[in-house]
Amino acid sequence: MMSDTRTRSPVRLHIVSGKGGTGKTTVAAALALALASDGKRVLLCEIEGRQGIASLFDVAPLPYEERSIAVGSGGGNVCALAIDTEAALLEYLEMFYHLGRAGRVLDRFGVIDFATTVAPGVRDVLLIGKVYEATRRSEDGRPTYDAVVLDAPPTGRLGRFLNVNTEVAGIAKVGPIRRQATSIMQLLTSAQTRVHVVTSLEEMPVQETLDALDELARLRLRLGAVIVNAVGETHVPGDLIDETAASDLDEAHIAASLKEAGVCADEAVVAGLVNVGAQHAERMRLQARQRQRLVGIQPAVVELPSLIDGVDLGGLYELADELRESQQF
Amino acid sequence: MARTTARRPARQPGRSNKARVGPLRGRLSDVPALDVDELIADRGITIVVCCGSGGVGKTTMSASLALRAAEQGRKVVVLTIDPARRLAQSMGLSELDNDPKPVHGVDESRGGSLDAMMLDMKRTFDEVVESQASPAKSAQILSNPFYQALSSSFAGTQEYMAMEKLGQLHAEALRTGRWDLIVVDTPPSRSALDFLDAPERLSSFLDGRLIRLLLAPARGPARFVSAGMSVVTGVLSKVLGGRMLRDLQTFVAAFDTLFGSFRARAEKTYSLLQDPHTAFLVIASPDGDALREAAFFVERLREDQMPLAGLVLNRVAPTVTPGLSAQTALAAAERLSEDDPLTAALLRLHAERLDKIGREKSLRRRFAAAHPKVPTATIEALASDVHNLPSLREVGELVAA
Repeated sequence: MMSDTRTRSPVRLHIVSGKGGTGKTTVAAALALALASDGKRVLLCEIEGRQGIASLFDVAPLPYEERSIAVGSGGGNVCALAIDTEAALLEYLEMFYHLGRAGRVLDRFGVIDFATTVAPGVRDVLLIGKVYEATRRSEDGRPTYDAVVLDAPPTGRLGRFLNVNTEVAGIAKVGPIRRQATSIMQLLTSAQTRVHVVTSLEEMPVQETLDALDELARLRLRLGAVIVNAVGETHVPGDLIDETAASDLDEAHIAASLKEAGVCADEAVVAGLVNVGAQHAERMRLQARQRQRLVGIQPAVVELPSLIDGVDLGGLYELADELRESQQF
Repeated sequence: MARTTARRPARQPGRSNKARVGPLRGRLSDVPALDVDELIADRGITIVVCCGSGGVGKTTMSASLALRAAEQGRKVVVLTIDPARRLAQSMGLSELDNDPKPVHGVDESRGGSLDAMMLDMKRTFDEVVESQASPAKSAQILSNPFYQALSSSFAGTQEYMAMEKLGQLHAEALRTGRWDLIVVDTPPSRSALDFLDAPERLSSFLDGRLIRLLLAPARGPARFVSAGMSVVTGVLSKVLGGRMLRDLQTFVAAFDTLFGSFRARAEKTYSLLQDPHTAFLVIASPDGDALREAAFFVERLREDQMPLAGLVLNRVAPTVTPGLSAQTALAAAERLSEDDPLTAALLRLHAERLDKIGREKSLRRRFAAAHPKVPTATIEALASDVHNLPSLREVGELVAA
């Protein structure tokens, strides 16, 4: 097999987080496509019951089952899994305790409901537990998946989510739950795991990213990359940014140019163009200021372009190629 | 009764006698406008809940509406959850604080005022326990490891406590008259609907058989242990380990006397949300995901008979001067790209903006097709971020415009 000559990255689990609205599901999906090259198998997991993956890839809602959903940008295979807490708990009980019928009795008594919705931290342990299981699973001596990508909760809840094993350890000093939590934590803090943070070049997301990096480092989690999503392209010539932002442009000259190009434009249209330019230039200056704040942070910064036509499958592959070319994953 | 369309203007001109035939499909032009000023001026409205998916500007919108209402004469308290640091600072909030503090710099000339607070979920939970149990019992509960995990890290606690705090603020408003309007931001949940489920989930859990099961040993020898029950206890001790099961039982036993009052509080909050004095605003940005969430939310509110006031579409692409089509602009840009790169750039930006407006419009059309009666307000994207009172004021002006 050609796989022998391939260099295999030690990173097996990619956790993708970011402020809400920055496009972390899109980036997680693009990363899964990027990692799936020549024969590699990648699992893309979502855990929040939103069916974001299904709508991105334009397929029917995903069941609690690993399904092949796309060919990777390098010819590998991407499977997807929507992790459901209750199903994960029953599966877990079956796997470790061989509870067939007893599982259903538990359900009848509301234990499943309790464990998945009310019991502190159990929900998160189960969700990460399933990701842990998929990452470690192997068939015929070879890992089932070369990489697992997790579309994780937003940065505001990420620390609590990933650290929940410690939280559980607080209640379960000994016993099976504690053992499970400890081994999950070992994987999360090992060289096999990286946490990537998605941001946009706006003030609040950048601030949240910087805060998240601090928190992740405190939790001894290894940082992957900061992925800057939806970076707008600067259209206005660089030396004219300030004048454009200030609407300080020669309107007569613009009108003359338009006339030359065969556009009949009255004053209102010219003023409108100047205004659109000013809004754009202002946003570009804001973007530049935010980019500056990311200079010098420890993880690598990878920028992804804004997709003009919105995110569709073609756009995902475009982003996947950008991620591959960055060689950071 | 819930007034799902209470804020809709009385009549749409030209539609008065038109019977609707065929599918109830709405058109974009028929979508009623949401009048935010009318909403906040309505003294009958005492609670405004802002909800929507993450990243759409819920917290900013809550703060802007609260400020606008205060400057128009309402006595307002805004309950924020996890605001961005600079937004919190703009309202004088520097840390989690369960006691609303006055916001400085608000124009109070019309008799209004603005207080703000940031939810501290653990303290809120502790205070509920302390107010309901004897000192000895609350000390026992507060030190239980299960309680500590539940109150500080459990993923749903923020939702429970946001609703609990809303109930407290409402009671205080009624008692003291300190406020006549409460604006609530909702937690950045896994799903925007979590906080609606929180009270219900809590009460159904407290009624559950599991609780009775866990309480059984604490109430003396169980005489009627069914086969099912012994299976469950057997599994629980196997899975949790004996120690954790004992902790859990101690917790449930200590909490036993509080369950009734917790349930009553949860139900009270739920009916407070259904009250016609409450108005829900769904916040969304004009993209597919956020609008899909908004649609779920609108449907869910209707199902639960919660009074929806309308949809606020945040950060829509600003309009452009009419009279220049995207195609003409692009063709001219092509011709000018050598000689006048600046004008060419402006033309491309113009065309890009028109495209964006078109895409947003078709998303909105789809939303309106399914939910034709939801009054809607739109706010154009600001060029800069919102993090001080003047910019909150500006957002308020935009949403009311």
